[in-house]
Amino acid sequence: MTKSELAEQVSTKINLPKKETEHIVSMVFESIIGALSHGDKVELRGFGSFRIRHRALREGRNPKTGEKVKVPPKKVPFFRAGKELKEMVNNKAGSQKTAGSSQHP
Amino acid sequence: MVKDDIIDIVYKKVGFTHSEAVAAVELIFEAVKERLMAGEDVNIVGFGKFCLRDKKERVGRNPKTGQEFKITSRRVLTFKPSKNLKEIVNNK
Repeated sequence: MTKSELAEQVSTKINLPKKETEHIVSMVFESIIGALSHGDKVELRGFGSFRIRHRALREGRNPKTGEKVKVPPKKVPFFRAGKELKEMVNNKAGSQKTAGSSQHP
Repeated sequence: MVKDDIIDIVYKKVGFTHSEAVAAVELIFEAVKERLMAGEDVNIVGFGKFCLRDKKERVGRNPKTGQEFKITSRRVLTFKPSKNLKEIVNNK
């Protein structure tokens, strides 16, 4: 599912043109980005939470040359699914995944 | 930030009544949830991708007691932030 498919689905439910719905969908995700950019966490009941994780400076290696390089410290956005969503996703584990691979005996 | 704050932003920026803003925001997250439950990945351009991964059964160990136990096969949800989001968070 993409953002425009999401907007399409929501637009039929709230009786709003797709274009306007797309604008609102963008606004919702941009507001999450805004909060994260200030270092705030975002907690969404029944869905999950977004927060920033800090990665310390570390020494890495250029895999081609073997040269040591310093990887600067950075912040990484991190999502943790809520308990409800985690369970719901897993309960459907028997169902075929539509994207990516899934094996069935 | 919680869902109410997002609803507030939508309410103030769009000519919605408060209850319309609530419905819109709830429906957006519900729709994402529905797709994930149906086993479909959800990709939001400029934000990130919610990916489902099927984990095989494996043997785990209680680190305290050293006791082995079986971790059943499961499906987990991961989030892969977009380049845009990673850069914004690092003030690039």
